[in-house]
Amino acid sequence: MRKVSAVTGRAVPIDRENVDTDQIIPARHLKRIERDGYGPFVFGAWRDDPDFVLNDPAYDGATIMLTRSNFGSGSSREHAVWALDGLGIEVLVGVSFADIFKGNCFQSGLLTVELPEEDIDHLMDLVRKAPQTGIEVDLPTQTVQIVGNAWKRGFEIDPYRKYRLLRGLDDISMTLEYLTDIEAYEQGRDNDLLPSTASSQQSNVRWRPTA
Amino acid sequence: MSGQTLFSKIWETRVVDSPAQEAARLKALAESGNLDDGSSAVERQELLYIDLHLIHEVTSPQAFEGLRRAELPVRRPDLTLATVDHNVPTFGRDEPNPDPLSAQQIEVMQQNAGEFGVALFDIFDARQGIVHIIGPEQGFTQPGMTIVCGDSHTSTHGAFGALAFGIGTSEVEHVLATQTLRQIRPKTMSVEVTGELSSGVTAKDVILAIINEIGVSGGRGHVIEYRGEVIRNLSMEERMTVCNMSIEAGARAGLIAPDETTFEYMRGRPHAPGEDDWARSVEQWRRLPTDEDARFDREVSIDGSRIRPYVTWGTNPAQSVTIDGHIPHPDEIAGGERETAERALAYMDLTPGTPIREIRIDRVFLGSCTNGRIEDMRAAAAVVEGRQVAPGVSAMVVPGSGLVKHQAEEEGLADIFMAAGFEWRDAGCSMCLGMNPDVLAPGERCASTSNRNFEGRQGPGGRTHLVGPEMAAAAAVAGHFVDVTEVMA
Repeated sequence: MRKVSAVTGRAVPIDRENVDTDQIIPARHLKRIERDGYGPFVFGAWRDDPDFVLNDPAYDGATIMLTRSNFGSGSSREHAVWALDGLGIEVLVGVSFADIFKGNCFQSGLLTVELPEEDIDHLMDLVRKAPQTGIEVDLPTQTVQIVGNAWKRGFEIDPYRKYRLLRGLDDISMTLEYLTDIEAYEQGRDNDLLPSTASSQQSNVRWRPTA
Repeated sequence: MSGQTLFSKIWETRVVDSPAQEAARLKALAESGNLDDGSSAVERQELLYIDLHLIHEVTSPQAFEGLRRAELPVRRPDLTLATVDHNVPTFGRDEPNPDPLSAQQIEVMQQNAGEFGVALFDIFDARQGIVHIIGPEQGFTQPGMTIVCGDSHTSTHGAFGALAFGIGTSEVEHVLATQTLRQIRPKTMSVEVTGELSSGVTAKDVILAIINEIGVSGGRGHVIEYRGEVIRNLSMEERMTVCNMSIEAGARAGLIAPDETTFEYMRGRPHAPGEDDWARSVEQWRRLPTDEDARFDREVSIDGSRIRPYVTWGTNPAQSVTIDGHIPHPDEIAGGERETAERALAYMDLTPGTPIREIRIDRVFLGSCTNGRIEDMRAAAAVVEGRQVAPGVSAMVVPGSGLVKHQAEEEGLADIFMAAGFEWRDAGCSMCLGMNPDVLAPGERCASTSNRNFEGRQGPGGRTHLVGPEMAAAAAVAGHFVDVTEVMA
């Protein structure tokens, strides 16, 4: 996982509630077997609209995306995170994020920052009027601020998540250090009744082509 | 001390106690100048053991690639089951796949299952089907288990009193490598549906009513437990329809306490406990339901006797009205939802005030993990029997699994559908998500038994109205939405 620390850059506003992951990356682009290459398809259908904010060259190169509530709802596809990453987005600053999407962002080192609605209103207004405005998101101090302006807000994050993001420690290598605890758990519990897929016998029904 | 919820009974027995890890966490926090005084730890993670991991071709290739790079095995292939469902063709399956990327994704699933020793219900196996249909069908899904899958509709399995939720690909890799997941403990929410359902009202209407009531993010951060008389009286397949769409209310998981209905449905299934173990299993399962004095973080109650058949009109599953309603005027909608409604109406090309019954449809899709089981096939077939799909309407049935398809053929349902003018297809996710060739053309309007009416979900520019299977069948026959009880009269 990549390290996350401080990001200073321009911010692109996605001013819609409940943006689902089908909008962020439509299913027809999920056929790839790699983690990269999704950037060109991000917000696939909305990009057909010339007025869509991502088609405004003023926001080219933005590294921060401003979002509304329940951003990333719907499908669990992590491709949505990979697609935002492919667009160059490093931080999402929004009112709230859907549960699965938020977990996926953490896994890929895409920082999600939650701020009250009035703060998001303010930031969206600002970057719409002045797209070149710099915004700084600083993980060590847990703050969002407008460059060259006194406006500054704090945000919450679990300290251990923060510790791992700052160091780019990925979950898998960390969990593997505690394999003996997992083994002890497996041996210690009453699990003889749980199903196993290893004994998966054949079905007596045969697949037949449809007439 | 108050009692425990079904959720906490499962969760607490699945947390892997790891003193070494906790010590490392505290050391790390101290080093970084953060004291863990409990006040700022807004979302501390726990290591949760996973009893069953379902995988499919779309969200697993990158996870297997990660294992390969780290030279790791699948730690518990005996707790892992793979199938191909999202991206498989539903017709011409025995011919070469015309889409090379789709073909590759299916082949990669086959290669990964072989290389890592994971059981695979492959494309020509009659047990192949949508992951959330085949788990329960085979008896793998059992009360009290933790079940995950790289798919948000994993919540379906909660109908059995299993804690089941969708995960992303990185988490798929984590489960493959460790059989555990790092998870933030969610809050609990009780959704009680009281009273008795009117005739013609289905489980799909119950969940659409719930989503309409609590909104698409009403369950965010929570696990929902569905309770009350209406839920108790649902069949297992109906309960799966309800739990399936928990994610559409923002909840990662939905649960229903196991009871006699659950046990009866499971008994004799290939991977359910055998007769020798049955009594002992049931005894364990009976301890799972929420204690009477347990507390939920949030409680909602809905009067089931007031639920009517629902049709969605917008581009999220909460934007719905009953069949006797009309397209709402955005002015009737309060606050921030108004803009969302205006945009949805523009996308759906609908005029406020239009009665739902006057909306004509072009396509009908019957299937998906929401409504692709045998009871759904029977219910829809009963509506279309002796009738014809309306001129200009194209309708298809995609059974949820090869075994559902087989059973529907044995029962004569397939013949009823085909005689009425429906296409009868092979099992898969199909037009629910529009990955394979089963998609709407731009502007086409579809009555769909699936779970998401998002913009472009069933194909770019396609317009989806979510309904139950009887309502979809009735719409196919009438050519527009209609109260199913009128068609049957």
